[in-house]
Amino acid sequence: MTMFSSAGRTKLVAKDVTIHYWLQRLNRAFLAVDSASLDVRSGEFVALVGPSGCGKTTLLNAVDGLIPITAGTLELDGRPITKPGEDRAMVFQQPSLLPWRTAVGNVIYGLELQGGLSKQAARERALDLVKLVGLSGFEHSLPSELSGGMQQRVNLARALAIDPELLLLDEPFAALDAQTREFMQLELLRVWAETRKTMLFVTHDIKEAVYLADRVIVFTARPGRVKLSVDINLPRPRGLGIKREARFVEYEDLIWSSIEEELRSSDLEPVSSGV
Amino acid sequence: MATQLGRDSAVTPDGVGVAAFPDVRSRPQRIPGQPTRLSRYQALIIGALSVFAFFAVWQGVASAKLVSPLFLPGPIDIFKAYQELLQGGKLWYDMWVSGEELMLGYVLAVVCALPLGLLMGWYRRLNYVLDPYITFLYNAPRISLIPLFIVWFGIGIESKIAIVFLGAFFAILINTAVGVRNVDGALLKSARSFCASDAQIFRTVALPGSVPFILTGLRLGVAHALIGVVVGELVAAQAGLGLMMATAGATFQTAKVFAGVIIFAVAGMILNYAILQLEKRFQSWRPSNRE
Repeated sequence: MTMFSSAGRTKLVAKDVTIHYWLQRLNRAFLAVDSASLDVRSGEFVALVGPSGCGKTTLLNAVDGLIPITAGTLELDGRPITKPGEDRAMVFQQPSLLPWRTAVGNVIYGLELQGGLSKQAARERALDLVKLVGLSGFEHSLPSELSGGMQQRVNLARALAIDPELLLLDEPFAALDAQTREFMQLELLRVWAETRKTMLFVTHDIKEAVYLADRVIVFTARPGRVKLSVDINLPRPRGLGIKREARFVEYEDLIWSSIEEELRSSDLEPVSSGV
Repeated sequence: MATQLGRDSAVTPDGVGVAAFPDVRSRPQRIPGQPTRLSRYQALIIGALSVFAFFAVWQGVASAKLVSPLFLPGPIDIFKAYQELLQGGKLWYDMWVSGEELMLGYVLAVVCALPLGLLMGWYRRLNYVLDPYITFLYNAPRISLIPLFIVWFGIGIESKIAIVFLGAFFAILINTAVGVRNVDGALLKSARSFCASDAQIFRTVALPGSVPFILTGLRLGVAHALIGVVVGELVAAQAGLGLMMATAGATFQTAKVFAGVIIFAVAGMILNYAILQLEKRFQSWRPSNRE
């Protein structure tokens, strides 16, 4: 383990990315992300934080290729992103597991769709990943038999199974209770240390962002723009105790004051619900 | 698996769970939710007693001649009616004809409605094309088409098959299409994220997701199909239980009418039970269907 983040080559480039989407109800286009620019280096763990509804999830969906961008460039390893690819995988906020498949059946799902491995090899890989995310003994449990935290472990294993270059995580622990969330953060860092994937992690939890990431990128209130990028120079591996250290709290305060500014300015134009 | 363990340890007298309470051994305490022998069978016992009491009262009323047997025959009269019908030798034939109409019409409906429903649920534009006709026919009482079917197909089994078909067809078609259309957006998004093709999404998400809806359609279809057979035969037929009942009713053989009603009711119960077993088989992943 190095003291500081490994400075690999640039993996993801977003330059002046602008994203609109269509609001059916109001029958007009809506600007979600406004010329956002950011880079993610290979092997880096980057967290995106910002006021809710600021477009960070929208940007993540665009990186995954689920929605198109209206302007700017979005490139992974120098190739423009236009559709979902086998080099990216998303861990969704909702576990979104197939309820009729067991844990292994769900972990195997992405491999099965992409068809790179034989049935036997895919199954072995899935079983390995179930073990990696700490679900040994629950291989054959159905999602309805698993707790929320365990379902998110399956969700994570499913994304890791296709061996992506870039792992996208969309508030994966937001729906979990506070204790489970802290434990899952610890587990995610363990998995990251073992797999060394490039991570792009969206969250609204500042503590979570500082704890996990090499770098925290703060978004403005909607339409989302990059406001601030903070390198988190905290040693790894990080235990949960680090959250009480002075250096940690300083980072937290810095990011919080930046977001608070945004919240105050957006108070003048309240975000309408349902957007 | 976990619940299984919990139940076992609750039953074992020297289980870990009860060790903290020294009184428990001498005065075994029931754990809330733990089934007793009585609670396990009480539905069956109470139900059977209720039916028995009902038949006793019914027979009592009939024997006392409180009501004319012309209006209310007793259970024994109905039993005699069965004997008479069996001796005449026509009952089996009537049941065969009605059963044939029911099965052929229903199977034909399943074979046509399932694929069409899947296609309509999947291809929105096909739905736009077919929706006007389906809405029209679904909202028209299908029974009102019987005179037309008699003109087209005659009074043999063909007209009854047609009416059974139409009844079951729409129930299955509409439920199947709704099932495919109601596919979970989150599952769709994750499948897309893993680069799933449309065919893969259909096979792995839409089709299994619509199974509960399809089964509901199949069950509603059975009910519609039974109505089709009865009404079709009551209106015009050459054979069948409905015709037997119509003839018996017209000649005031009330016990035989009751006999027909009971056969239809039992047939409906058996078919419903069969579909329930099908649901258990295909929906074992649903939490409500698991033991």
